[in-house]
Amino acid sequence: MLMSRIFIKGNVAIARGALDAGCRCYFGYPITPQNDIPEFMSKAMPEAGGEFVQAESEVAAANMLLGAAACGIRAMTSSSSPGMSLKQEALSYMAGSELPGVVVNMNRGGPGLGDIGPSQGDYFQSVKGGGHGDYRLLVLAPGTVQEAYDLTILAFELAFAYRNPVLILGDAIIGQMQEPITPQKPVAVDPFEGGSWRLEGAGQREPRVIKSLHLTDGALAGHNLKLQEKYQRAGKECRHEEFLTQDAELIVVAYGSIGRIVKSTIRKLRKEGVRVGLIRPITLFPFPSRVLFDLADQGKKFLTIEHNMGQMVEDVRLAICGKAESRFYGQLPGNLPTPNDFEQPIIDAVRS
Amino acid sequence: MEEVLAYKSPLLLDDRLSHYCPGCHHGTVHKLVAGCLEELGVGDNTVCVGSIGCSVFIYNYLTLDTVEAPHGRAPAVATGVKRSRPDKFVFTYQGDGDLASIGLAEIMHAANRGERISVVFVNNTVYGMTGGQMAPTTMIGQKTTTCPGGRCADREGLPMKMAEIIAGLGGVRYSARVAVNNIKNLKKARKVLKKAFEIQLAGKGFGFVEFLASCPTNWRMTSLAANERVEKEMIPYFPLGVFKDEQGDS
Ligand SMILES: Cc1ncc(C[n+]2csc(CCOP(=O)(O)OP(=O)(O)O)c2C)c(N)n1
Ligand code: SF4
Repeated sequence: MLMSRIFIKGNVAIARGALDAGCRCYFGYPITPQNDIPEFMSKAMPEAGGEFVQAESEVAAANMLLGAAACGIRAMTSSSSPGMSLKQEALSYMAGSELPGVVVNMNRGGPGLGDIGPSQGDYFQSVKGGGHGDYRLLVLAPGTVQEAYDLTILAFELAFAYRNPVLILGDAIIGQMQEPITPQKPVAVDPFEGGSWRLEGAGQREPRVIKSLHLTDGALAGHNLKLQEKYQRAGKECRHEEFLTQDAELIVVAYGSIGRIVKSTIRKLRKEGVRVGLIRPITLFPFPSRVLFDLADQGKKFLTIEHNMGQMVEDVRLAICGKAESRFYGQLPGNLPTPNDFEQPIIDAVRS
Repeated sequence: MEEVLAYKSPLLLDDRLSHYCPGCHHGTVHKLVAGCLEELGVGDNTVCVGSIGCSVFIYNYLTLDTVEAPHGRAPAVATGVKRSRPDKFVFTYQGDGDLASIGLAEIMHAANRGERISVVFVNNTVYGMTGGQMAPTTMIGQKTTTCPGGRCADREGLPMKMAEIIAGLGGVRYSARVAVNNIKNLKKARKVLKKAFEIQLAGKGFGFVEFLASCPTNWRMTSLAANERVEKEMIPYFPLGVFKDEQGDS
């Protein structure tokens, strides 16, 4: 049976995606531009027999997520940039303790209080760890409202498959725009998910301990190695959108809402005969390095466009290994870019 | 002659060498927790939320399903545990640096929300694990490595009386302070702790027990002198007693 289409905001699509993915605990603290998520959850969670807590801070919300995750339940928290900084402590502990949870960041402008407009200034924080220690989050970056919904469902699957926090990285554009989407059939969640490791009282078995402390000789080294092997394995979850790259001279690399806006620019320039294509990474960690490397190998040039002063471009350069020319165009925060804004930078890069 | 068993260690207490210093009360409080859980028959159904400090290894001694919380965040972690598994018995075990300093927001709000959890709070007036720095509960005149001249009210404020503060919050059903420095106090402490646990089992709300405890190492005292300090210096400022006991439905 085909589900009927609904017209909703990106933020609500994420909340609805979580609900349909079997999320039954939500913990959050208000911050613009993601308040639609806790507002939706405050009603949806109790109705679904779950729990909603407006925490006293993002620190507490993320630690509530840690506690719920330790019980093997599907749980989520969401925030925006300043709040994400506060969540990093718990995310580091969750990664260290191998706990699954979904975290949403609707990236706004920074540093500091910055502004409440869209930005991609949190790329480094999202994909390079964010908190202390040697760990990674799996990072998903939706470019449409439908994708925001679908990737939220995927986020829960990945969180449990890898026992690691998964981050959905959007921004005010994705969060606030409204589009029609087709929802999926709600996931039937196995209540015994995490059955082999979750906490529930030891009963007659050996007690389980969920911790990130490893003091005995070599224990932490072994644990960190195990985590790194997991991040390697997660490489197979790599996802990206490829648009008109085959005959392109220039490949634009852009993600999230910027990727979507650039796509419109490319459509227009194609009509004028400009041979430009797009790679839009959907997973930012793992990063689609292989596809970029192969395109560089074919002699194409690269232009990375971001809503920041240059962060993902470092990963693009690592991926293409100096095989091709690489340029960067940064959209400053505080502005809502239009497809026109990217025309000249693309034309300049093609002609260079 | 027939052998009579005069004392039996609680089964929930693992039989292993302790990492606590001689005379430290953490071990004594662990034993009380294990004993009460056993008496109430809930050990099998319990999730323990550990914290940061000398007691970080609580899971080495209590044979319970346990999750480690970041420094001060145990009440938030316990909220997540209890909200997802309301059928489980959930308690946190926290020191004074953990609960009264870095985690003050988390304890106040979990208590105010009336989370159906129990909190075991060990107040030894010092940061034990990091080597004896000042805590929010350090007493006036007490010397620590970060108040070498002794705590001074003008500069550092007065030691915080957590059991009284917590008792003032709406969601709290039970708040008490006990000590384990002698047999008489220990027996009382056991009753009080059991009561706090029963409050959770009855689904009534938040239960809090503050233990006045010794840290002979960082107090630079013998175990016996430390026990005496609890009696002569701590109890007069941190009075023992039950500050809230509401058995009604919440
Ligand atoms: C975020 C953070 N800050 C500081 C520390 C260092 N630290 C470890 S234990 C501790 C103090 C614990 O004192 P208390 O809660 O009184 O417990 P005790 O050791 O006395 O039992 C501190 C500050 C830490 N682990 N994490
Ligand atoms: S340092 Fe103090 S609190 Fe820590 S184990 Fe030793 S006596 Fe106990």
